[in-house]
Amino acid sequence: MVLFWVALLAISIMIYLLLDGFDLGVGMLFGIAGSEADRDTMLDTVAPVWDGNETWLVVAGVILWGAFPIVYATLLSAFYLPVIIMLLGLILRGVAFEFRHRAARFRWIWDASFVAGSLAASFMQGVTIGALVQGLKFTDGVYAGGVFGWLNSFSVLCGIGLCLGYALLGATWLVQKCQSSVRDTARRQIPVLAVAVMMFLIAVFAHALIENLPIMHRWLDRPYLFIFPAIGAVAAAVLASSILHRNDRWPFAAVAVIFGTAFGTLALSFWPYMIPFAVTIDQAAAPHASLAFMFWGEGLFVFPLMVLYVAIGYRVFRGKVGGPAGHS
Amino acid sequence: MAHMDATALLLSRIQFGFTISFHIIFPAFTIGLAAWLTVLEAMHMRTGRPVHQALFEFWLKIFGVAFGMGVVSGVVMGFQFGTNWSVLAKMSGPIQGPLLSYETFTAFMLEASFFGVLVFGRKRVPPWFYLFSTAMVSLGTTLSAFWIMTNNSWMQVPVGYVIQNGDFVPDDWAKIIFNSVVWSRFPHMLLAAYLTGAFCVAATGAWYVLRGDNYAESRVMLRMGLFLAALVIPLQLLFGHLVGDYVHDYQPAKFAAIEGRWHDEQPASEVLIGIPDPATESNKYEIKVPILGSLIASSSLTSKEVGLADFAPQDRPPVLIPFVTFRIMVGCGLIMLALAWFGSYLSIKRRLRRNRAMLWAIFLSFPLPFIAILTGWYVAEVGRQPWAIYGLLRTADAVTPFLTAPAAMTSLVLFGAVYLFIFSFGTFYIYRLLRAGPTRLVATPPHGASPNRPMSLADQDLIQSGYRTAGE
Repeated sequence: MVLFWVALLAISIMIYLLLDGFDLGVGMLFGIAGSEADRDTMLDTVAPVWDGNETWLVVAGVILWGAFPIVYATLLSAFYLPVIIMLLGLILRGVAFEFRHRAARFRWIWDASFVAGSLAASFMQGVTIGALVQGLKFTDGVYAGGVFGWLNSFSVLCGIGLCLGYALLGATWLVQKCQSSVRDTARRQIPVLAVAVMMFLIAVFAHALIENLPIMHRWLDRPYLFIFPAIGAVAAAVLASSILHRNDRWPFAAVAVIFGTAFGTLALSFWPYMIPFAVTIDQAAAPHASLAFMFWGEGLFVFPLMVLYVAIGYRVFRGKVGGPAGHS
Repeated sequence: MAHMDATALLLSRIQFGFTISFHIIFPAFTIGLAAWLTVLEAMHMRTGRPVHQALFEFWLKIFGVAFGMGVVSGVVMGFQFGTNWSVLAKMSGPIQGPLLSYETFTAFMLEASFFGVLVFGRKRVPPWFYLFSTAMVSLGTTLSAFWIMTNNSWMQVPVGYVIQNGDFVPDDWAKIIFNSVVWSRFPHMLLAAYLTGAFCVAATGAWYVLRGDNYAESRVMLRMGLFLAALVIPLQLLFGHLVGDYVHDYQPAKFAAIEGRWHDEQPASEVLIGIPDPATESNKYEIKVPILGSLIASSSLTSKEVGLADFAPQDRPPVLIPFVTFRIMVGCGLIMLALAWFGSYLSIKRRLRRNRAMLWAIFLSFPLPFIAILTGWYVAEVGRQPWAIYGLLRTADAVTPFLTAPAAMTSLVLFGAVYLFIFSFGTFYIYRLLRAGPTRLVATPPHGASPNRPMSLADQDLIQSGYRTAGE
């Protein structure tokens, strides 16, 4: 039962990273788009899905609370400001999305809110992951790091890294969904972003070696974990080749696989810890009565239906948008 | 345990109160509207009259905006228990976590599936399935409210739990869900939402009559809104009384605060108005009716009713807020009762459309149900103090122990700024839709609208109605 909820939590987080990842990425790229027409096209690619994508954050949040209350309570309170800023960023960008086309003179305010909200949410998510990898300070099981305990050079690096990663995912999404100028711009951005993400990953690796972080030892102790980075490397090669061959569909899939392997690497190198290296999965799990109550309703029936619905939704909105002909 | 910061505690309470007050307005509105849409669709199927379909399409757009605002403001609620109330989140997580996760999953199901049919499905599914989908959306909003009320009722009257390693662990889910307190508070909330829907619909109808347009639609809205309200209010008074009974039995300190009763009385009098003063443990300028207090509390002419002085000062709730907000809630209810009954009477006698004073009163009454809901929640939540979980966990012990005042202040200011900003736009948007009215709106879903973007439903229509208004 505990494993079931770990799996559902992992799936929810993974779905969130991929889905909201690309639309947050589009939100950041929106800030450097060339023309008003391009910006409209970019929004059209995420318009039918962004709200549904964000829902997965809430799904992951309530699963975490119900199934692993200690982790929910500890992490959200330790990351007080990052969580609040992330939530406000998401709200701001969501509302900006809905209101921008209604404004004429003040459209730039909504545009700026949209970019700033996307950037703030992405950056704070990266900072949170970075600080988790770095390790939070605990005294007797209670967080003791202070208001800015999450803020250090490594977590900031990870914040920038996730922004780049989401932007890369967003660019490949635009290549898949768009034609003409938006696609061409995104295609030019992908190599730059991909190189930047690679440099970021190397920097993280170097940082880990210099700081001698606990997670480094775990990678060295478990060489089989390198299967994940290896798959990631193959995906990176596929990305490079698909860009060179001007393929529209493969780049997104390749970057999605890179995200998946990065997530897998991270999750498995922490295993069995949920808060590295302080709280394990078994220590964090809610009592059986709670897990079973959730299992028989939402776990067994609602969750699969939700995943199915998302799949159908993306199928309905598949294909290219934008371009002078497609815009109605 | 780290030293708890009293300012951070107060700021956290203000922040929670602010964000949830903002949030509750929208679900309260949409639960009632969903039921209203179901009724309209059923009537449309039975009578085939175009007026019912026009009204349905019109209110569906307003539902979309309100639903979207509810979703956006609801995201924050799911995380705030962890950020500001981490001790509560950890200790009661095994019970509150699953209850609120069911709420999210229910809402997601509703949002994902059946709302999509309402947006796109009019021409694609058979009429009976369209009606079924409307009913399912209504059921979804109702179930969402049910889980929220179950969760809150557990905080008011905790049952079905055992304490393990300092945490509250579920022992009997049936007791938690079928808690008798849930079954008076949930209908009370549900009826409040129906009343909100009914009054907003009737007020809109009155507005159109005063303006002299949307003749057929305003007629249906006025009649249905007022008749429903006239039927619901007496029921609501009954359930309000039942809620009072649970407070009397399980939360005597809250009951005494609501009544403004400082000392034991036998038989007890009922304080109608006054200003409670904790310093002197008495009420200034009070007007009270003898024996009525015993009659309301225990249905008896002679019962003894407890006063606040029986409780140690640290176990007493604040008195002024529950005392005042309770009277505002009841006052709103009585005004609504008078309006609904007199309005229905005039409507049956076919004199309502000529009575402009009454139409103005109905039009201006739309804030009343919202005020009643907010003040009712203030009674319930402020009256529960000093407890987060009644009798088990104090609010002061539930707050994140290491939260600092500057951090809490920062988040409160940010929430205030962003919420006021989006709230103004949201209400302005709903106002523009209502002003345009059903007859000026086109019935097709706009390009780009989707079940995941409820607010997008009304995009194109507003632009169109804007042009038309400008052309007049």
